[in-house]
Amino acid sequence: MVHKHTISLTVNGDQIDAIVKDNLTLLDFLRDQLFLTGTKKGCEEGECGACTVMLDGNPVNSCCTLAVECDGHDIVTVEGIARDGQLHPVQRQFIEKWALQCGYCTPGMIMSAKALLDRNPHPTELEIREAIEGNLCRCTGYAKIVEAIQAAAAEMNWEEASHA
Amino acid sequence: MVLPQFEYLAPATIGEACNLLLELGEGAKVMAGATDLIPPMKDKVITPEYLIDLKKIPGLDYLEYDQEEGLKIGALTTLRTLETSPLVKEKNPAVAHAAKMVASTQIRMKGTMAGNLCNASPSCDSAPNLVAQGAKILVQGPNKDRYINIEDFFLGVKKTSLEPGEIVTGIVIPPLKEHEAAAYIKHAVRKAMDLAIIGVAVKIRVENGICTDAKIALGAVATTPIRAPKAEEALVGRELTDEVIVKASEEAMNSCDPISDIRASKEYRKDMVRVFTKRAIRQAMEQLA
Repeated sequence: MVHKHTISLTVNGDQIDAIVKDNLTLLDFLRDQLFLTGTKKGCEEGECGACTVMLDGNPVNSCCTLAVECDGHDIVTVEGIARDGQLHPVQRQFIEKWALQCGYCTPGMIMSAKALLDRNPHPTELEIREAIEGNLCRCTGYAKIVEAIQAAAAEMNWEEASHA
Repeated sequence: MVLPQFEYLAPATIGEACNLLLELGEGAKVMAGATDLIPPMKDKVITPEYLIDLKKIPGLDYLEYDQEEGLKIGALTTLRTLETSPLVKEKNPAVAHAAKMVASTQIRMKGTMAGNLCNASPSCDSAPNLVAQGAKILVQGPNKDRYINIEDFFLGVKKTSLEPGEIVTGIVIPPLKEHEAAAYIKHAVRKAMDLAIIGVAVKIRVENGICTDAKIALGAVATTPIRAPKAEEALVGRELTDEVIVKASEEAMNSCDPISDIRASKEYRKDMVRVFTKRAIRQAMEQLA
């Protein structure tokens, strides 16, 4: 027998009420029910990080999270971080620094990077590498990704300083 | 990969959770972060009919320290919380370090130490420290609460001494007193998303230059974490000279009988136990220096 639950959560700032099956992962909920296909499906076992989203501000593997677990929580996906038609600095710097090739790991990488910069605006290179330890990239060799995150941190800090 | 069907249950109290677990029996699994449940369910290695989520139960997400009892960790306290907590880093840095050794940032954001222990994997990173430091597992059952000494908690691969209806609600790690220090070293190929080839945890007490107590625990060399009593004996009552440390690490090597598998051969594991026991003892000594 299939059981269903009514859940109420915010996704990218929008209040959403939905009916989900017990065995629906957050990943499939985002992609198949909300059509937010920016979040990618890779290994589906928590190894590759392509499905990384933010749950209450923390990066998690959406493939290893049940949709029903997210009742009452706040989810942010790669679709939710641009502001007023402007890409988030992390997104912009991934383009500037050529931090993507095939692009499949990019949404997850960006969410891990954004989660890092939200809590640590001045990360060291080691802290950046640790923050993306759960995100596999088979194209870039990571160097450009680390550079992009460093550049995004600098940009965000500069923006902050210029608004102060 | 679709998850097999199951029924998701989210009891509001621990009593309710224990009763559900007792009633539903073998077909039910207790869930905290779910990171060790969902992958094997997708692979159909386990096919629970019910998942009992503890996350709606108030009061299980705590992290406290007192000088008598030490560090108290709730069943829902995440590995990430332990890794980043200034309190844990100050009072028991080996525990913070071991938490950080598990999987990836994303997994540690959801995964809990209690879940890591209940999964009872031989390579569990949380366990060796707790064995070396004599931790107790706080358990609640349908009728009574009890403590299980960590050394009595693991029975085998994926097997614990929890009885039907019993749920781990917390972990208590005794305080590191004056002259005491602990260390855990994981040996793995990658720094993230990798299981330990071996792991070594030590806790030593050194007073006036003499080691007066020592506990050494090894991970990933048997079906459960194990103590290395002969290695401990080689340290106690002695000044921790290079010679004594070398002797203890050889005893640690000789006290285990690991398997060969995809990660490493039996011989390599044994040799690495020798190498990393030495390093772990020295790391603990550095903290006391």
